[in-house]
Amino acid sequence: MNKLHWKIGTVLGLLILSFWLLYPSVEWYTKTNDERAKTEAMRMRPKRILNLGLDLRGGTHLLLELDVEKLEKKEKLNDAMTRAIEIIRNRVDQYGVGETPISRQGERWISVDLPGISNTEEAENLIGKTALLEFRLVNTSSEAQAVLSKVDGMDEPPFDKKGALLPEIAKLMPKNSILRKAAPGPEGEKARYYVLEAVVPVTGAYLESARVETDQQFGTPSIGFTFNKEGGKLFEEFTGANVNKYLAIVLDDVVHSAPVIKSRIGGGSGVIEGSFTMEEARNLAIILRAGALPAPVNIIEKRVVGPGLGEDSIKKGVSAAMIGFILVIAFMLVYYRAGGFVADIALALNFVFLAAAMSYFGATLTLPGIAGIILSLAMAIDANVLILERMREELALAKPVAMIIPVSYDKAWSAILDSNVTTWIAAIFLFQFGSGPVKGFAVTLTIGLLVGMFTSVFVTRAIYEFWLTSNPKELSI
Amino acid sequence: MMVLIRKTNIDFIAKRFVFFAISGVMLAAGAASMAAKGLNLGLDFTGGTLLQVRFEAPVTTAQVREAMVKAGLETSIQSFTGRNAYQIKVKGSQEKVNEISDKIMAGFTAAFPGNKFAEEKRDYVGPVVGRDLAKKALFAMILSLFGIIVYVAFRFANPVWGAAGVLALLHDVFVAAGALSITNREIDLVIVAALLTIAGYSINDTIVIFDRMRENLRMFPKMALGQLVNTSINETLSRTLLTNLTVLAVVAILFVFGGEVINNFAFTMLIGSVCGTYSTIAIATPLVYQWERKTPHHK
Repeated sequence: MNKLHWKIGTVLGLLILSFWLLYPSVEWYTKTNDERAKTEAMRMRPKRILNLGLDLRGGTHLLLELDVEKLEKKEKLNDAMTRAIEIIRNRVDQYGVGETPISRQGERWISVDLPGISNTEEAENLIGKTALLEFRLVNTSSEAQAVLSKVDGMDEPPFDKKGALLPEIAKLMPKNSILRKAAPGPEGEKARYYVLEAVVPVTGAYLESARVETDQQFGTPSIGFTFNKEGGKLFEEFTGANVNKYLAIVLDDVVHSAPVIKSRIGGGSGVIEGSFTMEEARNLAIILRAGALPAPVNIIEKRVVGPGLGEDSIKKGVSAAMIGFILVIAFMLVYYRAGGFVADIALALNFVFLAAAMSYFGATLTLPGIAGIILSLAMAIDANVLILERMREELALAKPVAMIIPVSYDKAWSAILDSNVTTWIAAIFLFQFGSGPVKGFAVTLTIGLLVGMFTSVFVTRAIYEFWLTSNPKELSI
Repeated sequence: MMVLIRKTNIDFIAKRFVFFAISGVMLAAGAASMAAKGLNLGLDFTGGTLLQVRFEAPVTTAQVREAMVKAGLETSIQSFTGRNAYQIKVKGSQEKVNEISDKIMAGFTAAFPGNKFAEEKRDYVGPVVGRDLAKKALFAMILSLFGIIVYVAFRFANPVWGAAGVLALLHDVFVAAGALSITNREIDLVIVAALLTIAGYSINDTIVIFDRMRENLRMFPKMALGQLVNTSINETLSRTLLTNLTVLAVVAILFVFGGEVINNFAFTMLIGSVCGTYSTIAIATPLVYQWERKTPHHK
């Protein structure tokens, strides 16, 4: 294998890799809206796909501010924020929307994205309300097993849009029991459910504290908790009567853990053991302590885009962009002939590589992001034009074809490199320090510039070199 | 071979004061408009509430305005003809999230009984958020401009080139902002993205000519600076115009057919891409000449 084979192999290899990376995105977006919503509620949304931003897809963005003045004095701000985010995440997850990025912004802001939800009153209420912690027994009867295996076999969630059980499930449920979803397991795991007793013997209202404890011998984490006097008594009676049964810890109707009751738990304190990682244990302790948000949150920014408007803007924008793109392709072909054809191949590959890279990173495409793509494409076209114009200059000097190509690339390289790196530097700063839309712009621009340089220099040159092996006498540009 | 732009030999440097004058007029017009009526800053920066609704049965803008007056709101109204949709904006500091939008909805229900309407878009930006967004966008932009100057100074071994490139870029951004002020178009975060695109595009264009100047400087170290600059611009003119016409065509199509959501964005890009080409030839390179013509190296 010579150098040229390597180059062509690299390009073809990347192309195959790109199609492989793109496949999940294509599969996802060819589904109907209903199918997607169901899969998301089952927590089976693929991870590595291209996401559409709220401005394109429709949905709600909320920015919440923690009312710090109402925090308890002894609580540190960072702890309070972590707790607040954890609690909000738990509540939003229960709401059943798939990808919901929740993140801390600045000192005391929390940003929540709810894609696909444009009726936000419900979501707003959900976020603001007091958390409810319950201890319930797990129903392990054969009827309960039947319900769970039925639910597991379905490819849609067992609840309808209003949160009521589907009739075919409801009729199978054992007496005095309820069905609840489990907290998300490891990534990619299908949503699980529990059948629980309807009676609530003890609630979190009696809980005094919860903390992570580690086993002396093995260092495995567990969660220790303490009730107040009254709760301790209730809990002792309850556990004493139910040894060897499963105790579900339910926060805001989501089951977080269901350990076995090994013995009567007296003294008002107990330990939840399970195969937790350190982080899971810490989160569970946070949730147990949660009770309510550490302080009220206020909405300081809210943006709702109806699904219709998002789709409208995509359709018009995409068709305009397509016309523009076809025009550019046609122009290059007419003006530079064979050279234009090679440049067109590079541009097409540019699209494929860029979309694949964005899918791999699970990047979110927004309107400003499209601006970033337009700029990176314009610069990729520019790089092609730079090379082709150099070729024409060299051609005018009547050099042989085999010489024109390497010389043109060498001469055009410094301009392409410098102009791309300059823009790239700007993009990096914008990515690092910008927020929201500015960041969306910077992401696509950063990836776009790298891809653009690769396709317009490496790929086109490989094509020309391949063509040179046929020892051509003329260059049609 | 198809050639649109033949080999040229235009003396751009001699015309530099004409260019400076044209730019001066453009910048002054923009500045005057900004001073007189300011920039039409969107909710992203002022804070406030926006509600866009679409009615089932046709209503007129006058009716919508009357409904809002009756509801006791000071609003600005934008209509989307053909869709029977209206965008209502109430700018300014508002502490409560749903207060104003609920008032608007109530106003519509009262004014148009029986006519159903659907909410298409609802934005609320609290007073602190607006300031924060503007601050962050500005900070990121200043840092990236600084990064550009440093890189160009390093690659072209001369800080003057970098500064000239950045001045040309700022020129383009200001002309575009001026055009936005004159046409009364609203500046939101998407427009900020457009201005960033213009900045990136402008510096890209400038660098290509600087690159040719660097190359010619190496090949003909004795050539007079004015001639060097002219030759470089003329040699790359075909590429400059071709690339920019292609980009211009794409942006023009976006402007005409792209739909209402990206119309302001496309407008800004349209101004910016024309300006980016112009400023490379008429501002960046002549500025380098003006600055450097007296340095001993180029006598």
